[in-house]
Amino acid sequence: MNTLKWTYDVDGDDFTRAGEASSNVKKKLRALGVSPEVIRKVSIALYEGEINMVIHANGGKIDVEMTPEKIDMVLADTGKGIPDIEKAMQEGWSTAPDEVRSLGFGAGMGLPNMKKYSDEMRIESTVGVGTTVYMTVYVK
Amino acid sequence: MTPIEFAQKYGFSVVNEGSGGCRDIEGAYCCDLLSLVMGRAKENDAFVTVMANVNTIAVAVLADVACVILCEGIHFDEACIARANQQEVCVLETEESAFSVALKLGKELKLC
Repeated sequence: MNTLKWTYDVDGDDFTRAGEASSNVKKKLRALGVSPEVIRKVSIALYEGEINMVIHANGGKIDVEMTPEKIDMVLADTGKGIPDIEKAMQEGWSTAPDEVRSLGFGAGMGLPNMKKYSDEMRIESTVGVGTTVYMTVYVK
Repeated sequence: MTPIEFAQKYGFSVVNEGSGGCRDIEGAYCCDLLSLVMGRAKENDAFVTVMANVNTIAVAVLADVACVILCEGIHFDEACIARANQQEVCVLETEESAFSVALKLGKELKLC
């Protein structure tokens, strides 16, 4: 059983560095010969997750685990949490500040995109404690 | 047609050639909302935008577009160009509007 594990710290202070983890995972998956469609799904889901962590949670940690069958991603932060997950999942619902919108994000597409591009997604969140998002993309 | 050929034909500036410069443009996507671009732009599209920040480059990499075409005379700053260079992203710039660029792309792609 081959299992590969990668861990990334997401810097909450630097919006411009968001995407480093997803780019790195993308490179690794490409080197491993994973199909372009799977790479695209993983990259987009992870990048949106990174952006969310920077905007809302002052950073966090990403764990990626790959087996021959699937890629599991766990994005954990200790931010302010999501009071209403159902509402947060609606396209267009956003609590992002204006400066984030001026950079082309914060339009309420993050979590919906993460759900769209992962095969399974689950959110655990406690207000004042933090949020953990579990995503899985199947390789086969 | 490659982004470099497209730039030469229509007088656009090639800010960074990257690895995309020699790929064939197979489609186009015009948008400034990066979350939409990431989900909807296709591999080898020309990504037409006025959004000039370093996240534009990150999204171009993730979506695997052939090039970014920055419109309306807007320029990427040095940090963005450095990132494009490092990530091998082809970047073109033009004074023209996104609509005007889209028409040219449509013509070259034989879509109009």
